[in-house]
Amino acid sequence: MKARFQISMPVRYCVNLILMIAFLTAGSFLTQSGLLGRAQNSIIIQVGFYIILAVSLNLVTGYLGQLPLGHAGFMAVGAYAGAIFWKSGLLPETPSLIVGLFVAGLVAAAFGILIGIPALRLKGDYLAIITLGFGEIIRVAIINLSDITGGTPGLKGIPKYSSFLVVYICVLIACVAIHMLMKSRHGRAILAIRENEIAVESCGVNTTYYKVMAFAVSAFFAGVAGALYGGNQGILAPASFDFMTSINILVIVVLGGMGSMIGSVIAAAILTSLPLALQAFNEYRLIIYALLLIIVMVFKPSGLMGTYDFSLSRLIEKAVTRLKVPKEEGGVYHDDP
Amino acid sequence: MLFLSQLINGLQLGSIYALVALGYSMVYGIIMLLNFAHGDIIMVGGYIALFALIAAFPPAIAILLAVVGCVLLSVVIEKMAYKPLRSAPRISLLITSIGVSMLLQNLAQYFFSANGRSFPSTLILPSGSVSLGGLSVSYTAIVTILVSVVSMLFLTFLVQKTKMGKAMRAVSEDMDAAQLMGINVSNTISFTFAVGAALAGIGSILYCCRYPLVSPTIGSLLGLKAFVAAVLGGIGSIPGAMIGGFAIGLAEVLVTALGLSTWTDGVVFAILIIVLVVRPTGILGRSLIEKV
Repeated sequence: MKARFQISMPVRYCVNLILMIAFLTAGSFLTQSGLLGRAQNSIIIQVGFYIILAVSLNLVTGYLGQLPLGHAGFMAVGAYAGAIFWKSGLLPETPSLIVGLFVAGLVAAAFGILIGIPALRLKGDYLAIITLGFGEIIRVAIINLSDITGGTPGLKGIPKYSSFLVVYICVLIACVAIHMLMKSRHGRAILAIRENEIAVESCGVNTTYYKVMAFAVSAFFAGVAGALYGGNQGILAPASFDFMTSINILVIVVLGGMGSMIGSVIAAAILTSLPLALQAFNEYRLIIYALLLIIVMVFKPSGLMGTYDFSLSRLIEKAVTRLKVPKEEGGVYHDDP
Repeated sequence: MLFLSQLINGLQLGSIYALVALGYSMVYGIIMLLNFAHGDIIMVGGYIALFALIAAFPPAIAILLAVVGCVLLSVVIEKMAYKPLRSAPRISLLITSIGVSMLLQNLAQYFFSANGRSFPSTLILPSGSVSLGGLSVSYTAIVTILVSVVSMLFLTFLVQKTKMGKAMRAVSEDMDAAQLMGINVSNTISFTFAVGAALAGIGSILYCCRYPLVSPTIGSLLGLKAFVAAVLGGIGSIPGAMIGGFAIGLAEVLVTALGLSTWTDGVVFAILIIVLVVRPTGILGRSLIEKV
């Protein structure tokens, strides 16, 4: 019988909330104060929407255990939906920003359901190919429907809404929402499907429903990330949503460790800022990137973090239990069976 | 008449896709890997042939060098990057192949610059055409279709009639059981990669004769289309890859002929999706029964 220290849930929520607010304040101060150069600032923003993309893809790849290769397609749908809504100027600035992000997410989620229902009938690599196909069709459609989307040259004049605060509030919402989904009853069903689909089905879980749900949630956040991308660039071109973009997002998820949210976040930060860090070796930059990818995969096939998920409270609990600090306020000792 | 000439055009393109698709299909059949680097091996083959021709080697030697180069490169990649991951999750293998593909593309970009170089296709095949009953068919088309058909017949012979082919079929059926029967699994896998790369080498020459421009990115789109062809026909199946290749080639040419060239890729993928929804393992793919 070893005594284990536990932090109660309200305290956990409070601590996390305070840390998030502190992070946002510090970040927006740092980006607005001019302490960082323009290149650093733009990288920080980019890291933001890559985190959303990676975390949302991780829901389908890591937790649900499927392999979609068309994430850039959902991103594209959201980006165009959001940009067209913002450009229409139906609402004043702040409501327009919020409603636009929702529109982007919902349109992308609708596409996710539309694509998910036929795609999820297939398994493994066939699912990968069919989603790849849908992603490409979306891109070709965007090129050809030039009346609405601006065609190959792109959609110009999108209002630049994506400030640090906007992007990172969305990042936090995405992370928290997916984390809470995975801790819920639905999340357990999703994890169980990854482990053994047949067994879950025979336990009476509606696997199609949960698969489509995970797909839709994933597409929703990809769409939001797409809209933020448009709001950062001010211009959208179909070429930025090609097959390689989907691959880059998948690389982030796998390199970080499938089924590890902190892994996705860290890998997104590293891989997005790597080009900046390697600027001194400009010519070899992409060669080094590719080599790193191969080396990490050969020596650590489960990705950098494996399936480890970070929890501040758990770390504190462990540390406190190890130090055998006497009972503190807000903390209760439990006996481990 | 116009339709017939488009048909031959489509068959030419389709036979190149089929040759490349065979490489994807065989590798998938044996180790369940979608080998993204396969397209870039074609690019390397194109460059080898290009430089051999510039160095004034005779065309036959240039073709041979390209094929041998592709085979060697492919086997080296298999031994260095894929073999250590034999027991790893399959997605890690997939990401590694994406990494290899990026590495090859960027190395080519570094050494040969991102700009395309024109390929002296007339040194390999004369540019003229013959007329068959009022229908003019270019030499390139005839040679491409003939070479592909011969290569595929040879491959079928190799897989069905030789000892190595038997080993390949055994390993793709059940790797552990094959090992217990005394088959050298590692060599068989390398051999499969080598055969796929040899076909890719031939495909690269034929592709460069049709579109005489070599650039670091030629492999990615060709690879993607060929890959779609392999899946369409039923991945892992050799006749399936051929059917898929011809289907994609014909569809692409016909859509372009209808004046919808910007929709070509969309139509190709739409066909793929419709086929997969109706037949989830492709046209000739074996359906897997999951046992509890």
